[in-house]
Amino acid sequence: MAILKVNNLSKSFGNIKAVQEISFEATEGRVLSLLGPSGCGKTTTLRCIAGFENPDQGEIYLDDRKITPFPPEKRGIGMVFQNYALWPHMTVYGNLAFGLQIRKVPKPEINKRIKKILSMVQLEGYENRYPRQMSGGQQQRIAMARALVFEPDIMLLDEPLSNLDAKLREEMRFEFTELQKKLGITAVYVTHDQAEALVLSDKIVILDQGKIVQSGTPKEIFSNPKNKFVAGFIAVTSFMDGKVDSLAEEQKKVVVKTDDGLTIQGNNSNLFVEQRVSVAIRMNAVHFVQDEDEIEKNSVNLFKGKIIQSSYLGNIVDYKISVGNWIVRTNTEVKNNFKVGDEVKFYLPPEKIIVTLEK
Amino acid sequence: MQKSVFGKTIEIIIFIVFIFFLFAPVLSLGIWSVALRWYWPYTLPQKIGFDYWLQALGITKSLTLGAVNVVPAFLLSLGIAIIVVVITMAISIPAGYALAKLKIPGFLKGIILVLFLLPQAFPQQPVFLNLMLMFNKIGLTGTVLGVIFVHLVVSLVYAVWITTSTFSSIPPELEEAARSVGASRLKAFFRVTLPISTPGLIASAVFVFLTSMDEFTGTFFVGLPFVTTLPMTLYSASGSNIQFASVTAILLLIPSILFMVLIQKFLKAEYLGGIGG
Repeated sequence: MAILKVNNLSKSFGNIKAVQEISFEATEGRVLSLLGPSGCGKTTTLRCIAGFENPDQGEIYLDDRKITPFPPEKRGIGMVFQNYALWPHMTVYGNLAFGLQIRKVPKPEINKRIKKILSMVQLEGYENRYPRQMSGGQQQRIAMARALVFEPDIMLLDEPLSNLDAKLREEMRFEFTELQKKLGITAVYVTHDQAEALVLSDKIVILDQGKIVQSGTPKEIFSNPKNKFVAGFIAVTSFMDGKVDSLAEEQKKVVVKTDDGLTIQGNNSNLFVEQRVSVAIRMNAVHFVQDEDEIEKNSVNLFKGKIIQSSYLGNIVDYKISVGNWIVRTNTEVKNNFKVGDEVKFYLPPEKIIVTLEK
Repeated sequence: MQKSVFGKTIEIIIFIVFIFFLFAPVLSLGIWSVALRWYWPYTLPQKIGFDYWLQALGITKSLTLGAVNVVPAFLLSLGIAIIVVVITMAISIPAGYALAKLKIPGFLKGIILVLFLLPQAFPQQPVFLNLMLMFNKIGLTGTVLGVIFVHLVVSLVYAVWITTSTFSSIPPELEEAARSVGASRLKAFFRVTLPISTPGLIASAVFVFLTSMDEFTGTFFVGLPFVTTLPMTLYSASGSNIQFASVTAILLLIPSILFMVLIQKFLKAEYLGGIGG
C-alpha cells in the first residue's frame, strides 16, 4: 500500500480556476477526505489523481513514483464512482473479473479472488446477477469490490454514498471503514457531507474555491477550526462576529466584543487584540438557564434572547434564538417546551466556545 | 376513469381506419400480384394465378411486355445494400465516437453535422443530375461502384447522426471505470462502449440497409444503362404492367421485413434497460 503525494496541483477550465496550487499527502493505510462545498475543486483534484484530468501545474507521486505523465490505466488506482458505473451488459462476475483479466490473472485465481471479495462485501453468490437486478446499496458494494479485487495501490472514491438514502448511507460508512481497515488500503475520499468525513477519515482536507483551507484530523478540525468557514462547515454553528477585546494567553482565554456590543468569552490562542474574529457557538454549547439556577460564579457569557423558530425533531427540539444582531441555534430536550416569542436566558460555557478568524 | 360508449366507439373506428391505411396498400399489392385479369367494376380479380410470380422469379419465360426475371436485379440490390452497410458502419462508428466523445468545440460539431446534412437539404433530382455529370467525367456512371458511392452519400448522414447520438447517450463514467481497472482506451471501447451501444448501431445499420434497398433517384441517374437495381425494375414495370409491378414491390418488401425481424432478436431488453446507476 502506498503513500500519495500531491504537489502544487493547479487546474483551470477556461477562466475557472478549479484547483489552485494545492499540496497534501495521504499516509499509507489511512483514509484522507477531500471535503468541501460544491465547486470547491475536490472532484477535480481526485480526477487529476486518477488521471482523467491533466493538471496545468504540479506533480502527483505514488510511492515516490511520479504518476502524472501516466494515463489512468497505468497508475495502479482503484476508483469508485458516484453513480457506481457498473457495466450493465456484464454480470457481477464479469464486472469484477474485468480488471483481473486485463492483468492476465489465471482463471482459477480470478474465481478465488472474486469469491473472497464478494464475501467481504457480504454478497456471496451474486456472481451471476446483473447490476439492474440489484438494489442501490448492493450495486454500491459491488462497485467497491470491483475497485479492490485487483489490489490497487490506492483507492479513490468520488462521493460514493451520495446516491443512497440517509439510513443506508450511514450503514455503508461503517462497512467502508471496516473494509478499508481489513485491507489496509490507502484511500482518498471525496465528499461534501461533513458528518461522513468526520466518521471515516483519518485526515480531512477542507477545500474552498480551489484552495486548501485547513487540514488535520477530524478532532483538530472540529475543535480547532481555523476560521469561520471551517467552523461552520464541519458542524452546525452559530456565529457572533467582532473584535478581540483582551487575552489571557496562558489560559487560552479570549474576550471578544461583538459588533453590536455584546461581550463573550471563548478560547483560542495566537490571536491579538483588535483582531477580527468570529465566535463559534456549537449547538451543544447552549445551556438554558432558569433564574433560580446556581451559576453565581458564571456571570460571564450569560445572555438573554428571544425564541424566533422552533422545530420538532422527535426526541429533541431545534431552536433559533435571537440575541442582539445574531441568531444562536441549539437543540435541546423536548421538556423545555419553549414557544416562539418566549424570552429565554442561556449560558455559554467559555471552554465550549471557539474563537476563530473571521476569514 | 370510465370511458363513455361514445368515446370507445370513436376509439375503435380510429383504430380500424389506422389499420386500414397501414395494411390496405400491402393488401392491394398482394391481390394485384396474383390477378391475371381484373377490370373495373369488379371488386375482385376475375382470374387469379401465379403466372407473374413465376415470370418474375425467372421460373417461366416471360411473354408479356414489361415482365422480366427480376432475380438478378434483386440480388444486385441486396449485394449493394450489404456493401453499403459495411462501408457506412466502418465510417460512421469512428466518426460517431469522435463527435460524441472527444472535446470538439460545440460550433465545430454543428458545422460537421450540417456538412453531412447538406445533400439532403436540396431537391434530389438536381443533386443527382449533377452527381451523374461529375461521375460521367470520371467514368463512374453505369457502374456498380458509382451506385455504391451514391448510396454512401445518402446513407452516411443518417448513420453518423444515429451513431453520434448512440455514443453520446452512454455515460462517460462507464469508460472511465474500465480505464480505472486497467483497460486502455481501445480496450475500454471494445469491451464496454461497443457492446452497450450495439442496439443503436444496429438501428443505424438497419436504416442504412433499408435506405440502400429502396434508393431510386440517385441510382437511376448514375446506374443507367448498365446497373439495374430492384427499385429501377419496379419503376419501369409500374408504367406498363401493374400486376408485375406488384410482384416486384412485394419482392422489394421482403428483405426489409426479414432484416427487421432478424434485428429484433438482437435488440434484447437487457441492453436497453440496463444502463444507469
